[in-house]
Amino acid sequence: MSYTIEGRTGTWEIVVGLEVHAQVISHSKLFSGASTTFGGDPNTQVSLVDAAFPGMLPVINHECVAQAIRTGLGLKAQINLNSRFDRKNYFYADLPQGYQISQFEYPIVGKGTISIELQNGDVREIGVTRLHLEQDAGKLLHDQDPTKSFVDLNRSGVALMEIVSEPDIREPEEAGAYLRKLRQILRYLGTCDGNMEEGSMRADVNVSVRKAGEPFRTRCEIKNVNSIRFVMQAIEVEAARQVEIWENGGEVDQETRLFDPSRGETRTMRSKEDAHDYRYFPDPDLLPLVLEQAWVDELAAQLPELPDAKRARFQAEYGIAFYDAGVLVAEQAVADYYETVARGRDGKLAATWVMGDLFAALNRTGNSIETSPVSAEALGKMLDLIADKTINGKIAKEVFEDMVETGESPDAIVEKKGLRQVTDTGVIDAAISAILDKHADKLAEYRSGKDKLFGFFVGQVMKETKGKANPALVNEALKARLDA
Amino acid sequence: MLTGLTLTQARAGLAARKFSARELAQAHLDAIGRLNTALNAYITVLPEQDVLASADAADARYAAGTAGLMDGLPIGVKDLFCTKGVRTTAASKMLENFVPPYESTVTANLLNAGAVFLGKTNLDEFAMGSANMSSAFGPTTNPWTRKGDESTALVPGGSSGGSSAAVAAGLALAATGTDTGGSIRQPAAYCGIVGLKPTYGRCSRWGTIAFASSLDQAGPMTRSVADAGLMLEAMAGFDAKDSTSSNRPVPEFHKAVGKSVKGLRVGIPTEYRAPGLPADVVAMWEQGIAWLKAAGCEVVDVSLPHTRHGLTTYYIIAPAECSSNLARYDGIRFGLRKDAPTLDGVYEATRAAGFGQEVRNRILMGTYVLSAGYYDAYYLKAQKVRTLIKRDFEQAFENVDVLLTPTAPSAAFAQGENMDDPVQMYLNDIFTVPASMAGVPALSVPVGLNGVGLPLGLQVIGKHFDEETVLSIGGALEAAAGFTHKPSVHAGAGA
Amino acid sequence: MSLDLATTRRIAKLARIGLEDNELEATRQKLNGILGWIDQLAEVDVTGVPPMVGTETETLRQREDKVTDGNCRDALLACAPETSGPFYTVPKVVE
Repeated sequence: MSYTIEGRTGTWEIVVGLEVHAQVISHSKLFSGASTTFGGDPNTQVSLVDAAFPGMLPVINHECVAQAIRTGLGLKAQINLNSRFDRKNYFYADLPQGYQISQFEYPIVGKGTISIELQNGDVREIGVTRLHLEQDAGKLLHDQDPTKSFVDLNRSGVALMEIVSEPDIREPEEAGAYLRKLRQILRYLGTCDGNMEEGSMRADVNVSVRKAGEPFRTRCEIKNVNSIRFVMQAIEVEAARQVEIWENGGEVDQETRLFDPSRGETRTMRSKEDAHDYRYFPDPDLLPLVLEQAWVDELAAQLPELPDAKRARFQAEYGIAFYDAGVLVAEQAVADYYETVARGRDGKLAATWVMGDLFAALNRTGNSIETSPVSAEALGKMLDLIADKTINGKIAKEVFEDMVETGESPDAIVEKKGLRQVTDTGVIDAAISAILDKHADKLAEYRSGKDKLFGFFVGQVMKETKGKANPALVNEALKARLDA
Repeated sequence: MLTGLTLTQARAGLAARKFSARELAQAHLDAIGRLNTALNAYITVLPEQDVLASADAADARYAAGTAGLMDGLPIGVKDLFCTKGVRTTAASKMLENFVPPYESTVTANLLNAGAVFLGKTNLDEFAMGSANMSSAFGPTTNPWTRKGDESTALVPGGSSGGSSAAVAAGLALAATGTDTGGSIRQPAAYCGIVGLKPTYGRCSRWGTIAFASSLDQAGPMTRSVADAGLMLEAMAGFDAKDSTSSNRPVPEFHKAVGKSVKGLRVGIPTEYRAPGLPADVVAMWEQGIAWLKAAGCEVVDVSLPHTRHGLTTYYIIAPAECSSNLARYDGIRFGLRKDAPTLDGVYEATRAAGFGQEVRNRILMGTYVLSAGYYDAYYLKAQKVRTLIKRDFEQAFENVDVLLTPTAPSAAFAQGENMDDPVQMYLNDIFTVPASMAGVPALSVPVGLNGVGLPLGLQVIGKHFDEETVLSIGGALEAAAGFTHKPSVHAGAGA
Repeated sequence: MSLDLATTRRIAKLARIGLEDNELEATRQKLNGILGWIDQLAEVDVTGVPPMVGTETETLRQREDKVTDGNCRDALLACAPETSGPFYTVPKVVE
């Protein structure tokens, strides 16, 4: 256990569980035919069902069910063929029905697991307790009027997956790794875009502290934290707050808290006394959700390759390092790019170029992999030019920079700039003669035993040929002449 | 007398061009003009020109030979069905000025079949009640009176009391009702008309203001059993917008009436012979049994052992669902709003002002039985007992085709009676609630008058989605009873 | 089970129905009367009996993922007792 808090009375460890709300990617809402598109004009993506007009009824969206199943499969979780929808009853201005349709007792997905990797290379399994489908709420705007809050119901009724972890997390870093990995899996599956800034992925963080070997102590729930960095900060400050209370002989109250990033502290939102009594009961407007195993199997068969599997395959297939494979599969688009470059070529060289020159160029030009000025096909073609000795590695860098700038094909650049590698031994021999004549003193030193000067001669010959000479041929010929 | 016809007779008259839909509609508007002040059967009467325009359109379809099942038939619509552009109140202050921008599936089906809507009929607030006394628009008065006591106003039953009174008094040829625990059948019995609660899932609930979602079911309230079949045919059908709507085909229900009932097995639930059941009700039940025997039915005793818990179970489940269904009346998006400085203040003020006492009490009861610490003892327990009640019916229906019971334990009572003790009021539903709990179809047929001249009804309960056998048996009872009595207030009286 | 005034107040709060103190007591009595009657249910043995959910005659149908609804803001807002521009409004809520 690397993360602990040293208190006056001893060493404390932290216990964290995460509840992630992930907005499901679908065209229409969970129980209505209104659009889910982000950023629409206020209250335009609202149906009578979403605004809970009298007599309106929910009808479930098939794709949202499929997305939940895909996600469950991606988390290696139990898919429950029988699940049910319940009403969670409470009043709030963003909740038109006066209840949220959710799954309480019988969620669609049961226990699963997420494998996370820490900075030091350690790999840990974090348990997933369950995943269930539920409705999102509307949005309140507080800054439009001095005495009123404004209600926009565009988001009301959009499908969410609530993904609940076991209290297996012991470090802020693990919480960050868990969220990043979960987001990566969701993005690979295409079930949630994982965009925390737009609120399509949000986390509630359950934090408690205890001394080693103790049972769990009272936990607090920090609601709606909207970035991975804030989740990690919130855990740190909340754990420290709780240790302080316990060490002063106090009791931590079970309550709901908010994290204020500007002050770096958590504060009470709702105490246990005014905790909600949600009065869950099965929604009588909906019948039990019964899934066919055959459909689940079909969805499983269509599942894309997930990051862990892809990483293992990249290692095996392209001979690259575990770490490098991890970097390359972090995003689906990068993995696809890399694989296009590497397929049928030198995988290690492909990795070096993608992670080195390409990433640097993207960074420098403010591009993402999707908007890369150099396509994967073009980079692959450039590697082909290296492989067939049309250019050498040094010239390749020059070609690549030109590709970034002009977007032209590597062949065209090589032709345009006359960068074709010199493999004519006559030209190379002539260059060697010229250099040896010019540096007769160095030649004498070399021959008297100063072997190190070999590199000097190689460099001079390359310079003489403007870098275009084939380095292997230069080596070979130079060695023959010097040692003659 | 155009206001005294059955749907079937009026349909034939229109088809034969004996009278026009306009004449038929006008006769009803006139009757409403004369009698609605006294009966208060309608909360909203549609503007005359609108009604006549619909009637003219129906006449045009008759002329073109394209008339639908209900074409030109003037009917009342319980004010629980949302009607596009027509105020829909649920008899609540909460929705006093609510004009829905949509049409419920059931009323849309009726409009598609050519029906002419006269107006929106009165009901207990949000359909919660058995006497029509809880309407925010004042009670409906039963057009029937006790012989020798004509000045005592009686209740029409509830919650569909405005519909039953309107049909009985000739203010509509028929009307829609909704039934959650007896709200079609009990008022039908109290007003001497036919009321059919179909199988749960037969009629779409979309656009009908919800009371208790797992129980609510729309149905016809008519003057004959055949009419009930005809009108159900127009109302029913699969609706993709209601997840609980059945996609079974809709049979030609009206053809079930008149079919021989010879050899059908009729069960008499022994537990319904409760001590204290009034002698006139028992006598009418015995009479019904005798009629069915004479028609060739085999009558056997059956046992529904958990039926006596039906009512208590109902009064847990229905309030629980209503407490949640009525949470949307919060003063924000539609309906009444009472201002207050805080959001919770708006909620509390709006809901205190908008809901009448019975509705409030049911919401509070429902909130209580679902709340932490009580859920298992009340709600979960009730749902388990509900399983037992449903199994009782399933077992009984292994041996019989239908069940025959009284519809209600008494005839219509006086306005103001039974008001202080809610349990006493709830007991009116004792015979109707079990079929609602099981989701099976049930029909009330008027079969005779009691000693003071008030109508009594018998209830025929059938198997899931077997409305046809229910209608056949109902038709046999109707034929044997020959019920032609008229209430003291009706459109034909003194005309 | 018997309902006390504090519980009556709590459920009225949960249901967001504002009741005056005298109304609370009347409500308590009324609900208590009903609860006393409902308590008969305690005698039913439901060991091993599953709760009924809906009427369970069918299972849940699923609709296609298509945008078929929405874009009716004017019709929606026309029903609202209070709006501002394209929004519903409520007294300011502070979190």
